Amino acid sequence: MASVNVSNQMCRPYVGDAEVLKLEVDTVRALIKELERRFPGLGPQVEESMAVAIDGVIVQDTYLEPIGPDSEVFLIPKIAGG
Amino acid sequence: MNYLGKDVELKVVGTRPIRPDGVEKVNGRASFGADVAVSGMIHAKVVRSPHAHARIKSIDTSKAEAVKGVQAVITGADLPDIPSEEAFVGEGPANFREMSHNVIARDKVLYDGHAVAAVAANTAAIAEEAARLVEVEYEVLPHVISVEEAMADGAPVLHEDMFTQGVDPKPTKASNIAKRVEFKLGDSNAAFAKADVIVERQYTTQPVHQAYIEPHACVVSYNPDGQAQIWCSSQGQFMVRAFCAKLLGMDIASIRVMPMEIGGGFGGKTLVYLEPLALALSKKSGRPVKMVMSREEVFRGSGPTSGGTINVKIGATKNGRIVAAECETILQAGAFPGSPVGPACMTAFACYDLADVTAFGYDVVSNRPKVAAYRAPGAPISTFAVESAVDELAQKLGMDPAEFRLINAAKNETKAAYGPTLKDIGYVETLEATVASEHYKSDLGEAPKGKRRGRGVASGFWFNIGGESSGATYVNEDGTVSVVSGNPDIGGSRASMGMMAAEVLGIDVSRVRTTVGDTASVGYSFLTGGSRVTFATGMAVTQSAEEVRDDMCRRAALIWEIDAEAVEWRDGAAHPAGENAGKFDPLSLSDIAAKSGRTGGPISAKCSINAQGAGPGYATHICDVEVDEETGHVAVLRYTAIQDVGKAIHPAYVEGQMQGGAVQGIGWALNEEYIYNKDGGLDNPGFLDYRVPVASDLPMIETQLIEVPNPRHPFGAKGVGEVPIVPPMAAVANAISSATGVRMPNLPMSPPRMRAALDAAKG
Repeated sequence: MASVNVSNQMCRPYVGDAEVLKLEVDTVRALIKELERRFPGLGPQVEESMAVAIDGVIVQDTYLEPIGPDSEVFLIPKIAGG
Repeated sequence: MNYLGKDVELKVVGTRPIRPDGVEKVNGRASFGADVAVSGMIHAKVVRSPHAHARIKSIDTSKAEAVKGVQAVITGADLPDIPSEEAFVGEGPANFREMSHNVIARDKVLYDGHAVAAVAANTAAIAEEAARLVEVEYEVLPHVISVEEAMADGAPVLHEDMFTQGVDPKPTKASNIAKRVEFKLGDSNAAFAKADVIVERQYTTQPVHQAYIEPHACVVSYNPDGQAQIWCSSQGQFMVRAFCAKLLGMDIASIRVMPMEIGGGFGGKTLVYLEPLALALSKKSGRPVKMVMSREEVFRGSGPTSGGTINVKIGATKNGRIVAAECETILQAGAFPGSPVGPACMTAFACYDLADVTAFGYDVVSNRPKVAAYRAPGAPISTFAVESAVDELAQKLGMDPAEFRLINAAKNETKAAYGPTLKDIGYVETLEATVASEHYKSDLGEAPKGKRRGRGVASGFWFNIGGESSGATYVNEDGTVSVVSGNPDIGGSRASMGMMAAEVLGIDVSRVRTTVGDTASVGYSFLTGGSRVTFATGMAVTQSAEEVRDDMCRRAALIWEIDAEAVEWRDGAAHPAGENAGKFDPLSLSDIAAKSGRTGGPISAKCSINAQGAGPGYATHICDVEVDEETGHVAVLRYTAIQDVGKAIHPAYVEGQMQGGAVQGIGWALNEEYIYNKDGGLDNPGFLDYRVPVASDLPMIETQLIEVPNPRHPFGAKGVGEVPIVPPMAAVANAISSATGVRMPNLPMSPPRMRAALDAAKG
């Protein structure tokens, strides 16, 4: 199962003190759905405002990116630039 | 397809062909936003607030409207009152309602230069004269300029409906602090107990403007059928289309945006200022409307990046290992929330492998123009502080500053201070190149009498991004190739797009011409920013070229009457793939193009993707300075920028990005600042008093490209445009410290400040 780190401040209103979740998810879309199922409101928060780092590679605004069974997943604020 | 292997011989990528837009930019024929002229066009000027903070009691436009030649006057009442809705723009989250109120004030003006009305007339002179006749009655309110003033108890509050986010419990009182953010790894507070040496210091930076050479400019034509055309200079034609549609309540399909050449953006053109006003004026007057900002308006009315106050504490052991680090970053957002405080915190310690680290910050509004993105938004600010503290720590430990960084450097598999595990990064390589460089080993030489010389190093990080991008490749009848990119070319992307297509097609790059498509002729692309275009749009163009190449193999197979699988593409031509495929003379791209009608019609491919996996960028800079003890003037004697660039598609353009970023950072370090008077008015809205570096100020910036390929890009490219501005301020400050023994924690390190610091050090 993927280790999903939800310790970012943007997740706290939804997850409280939880830091790392073990989730059986194989795509970003599945991750968002599972987070929403467990913590209502967190799914849209992740989808709209956060990026997902999967094994160190930051992806954002995508459902399709695969998540491996042993992946390290980090939820961080969405990144832009100048 | 991936072109990264050692056995892949690249013939175009990595070379330095002449820039495709060079001639028309040199001879003055390139068309920028202000060069556009259309039939029946009139001209408009903005009426701007002279007050930093005031309630608008009334606006009387009657005298302006009575001027002969005036065609239309608008105020905030002419734009729709749109609801609060989150947007994601150049440097992060924003709000469309606030964007609308920034474009033109409604009930209150929030900074000197805030637009309150706009006048369109037959000539620019008439518009300017009539604009002076717009009568605005203000109730002047107390204002705040600095974050310290804005955060003080009893400070005038800019937005009575703004309550600090990110704190618990939720506040019940409105505040100028828009939000608090925090990133934490381990327990930094406890880990300081392990430190033998601690550096703790406050630093400040000033807001600085992107100082693009070309002011904002547009021409907008709104037709009676509700269709509009916009010609403008921006970092994203699709961004302009979307924002104008939102702010004017129009359908996206009703607006077509033609991207003109852009005279620099650096993040500052990731927003709209004039276009929605010109659209409203064109709608009201029934005429195409041209608007061009003056330089003064650029300074007063468009966004710089934030200034900040940064408190840093870093502890290390005697053997040079950093054991704990903390950083508090307070950033000015300007009149509306949205400073880059998040990325400032996330990047603060991204160069280091740390187990116990905390970075937190505040986004604070004050009566200044709303900030806009500027290369690596937020990172240069926090990095100035952290890299200065790291240097001071190395000094206290008696260690070489580059070697000290090597001991603590982030590497592959390091858990970044902002969370994820880092991958495919080249930071250590930049440090090793620094230590091995001729510059770093060279002697500083003897300083003339009354001057002191020193050398500093500093490093920096930026994420880089991917995102939605579109590109297309068209084979022309004569075998030349047209490539269309969805992104304005700011840093040479037309060259890199054409080169990647040429590489895939196996042809000389001179046979490829790349243009930037308007919103009706190429698929959607997110704006040019985040150092994303060569990575993301380059990926789209590469894939479109690959589709074309595969199609040409199919066409050759059709001509030869063999299976398409039996055809391979080499050196710009289709060849039979082995003896079993049959014996045929190769068919070149031109041969196949000439028969395209007979083999199925025009050969082209479009590709739209959402590119993911942009590799982060790291840089280390070396700076030599000479400080004049009498005047406080700091001269940069030599400067080298060393950067992990993934794979340089066009090395000369990459070097240009590194040089430009370094120079902007040096200006930020030494001279640039906004000077506000006691009434909150900006006193230096021009390049005479806002001093950016010019060529005669600086030596040639030396560059060294480190290539640690990004495996997610077909050619290994990483974004290169932003990280070069991250290290310079600390590199200069560290060089000054090395030269004089004086630590300069406040920017700019201008002659008066330098002289005062030298005097203070003498006692």
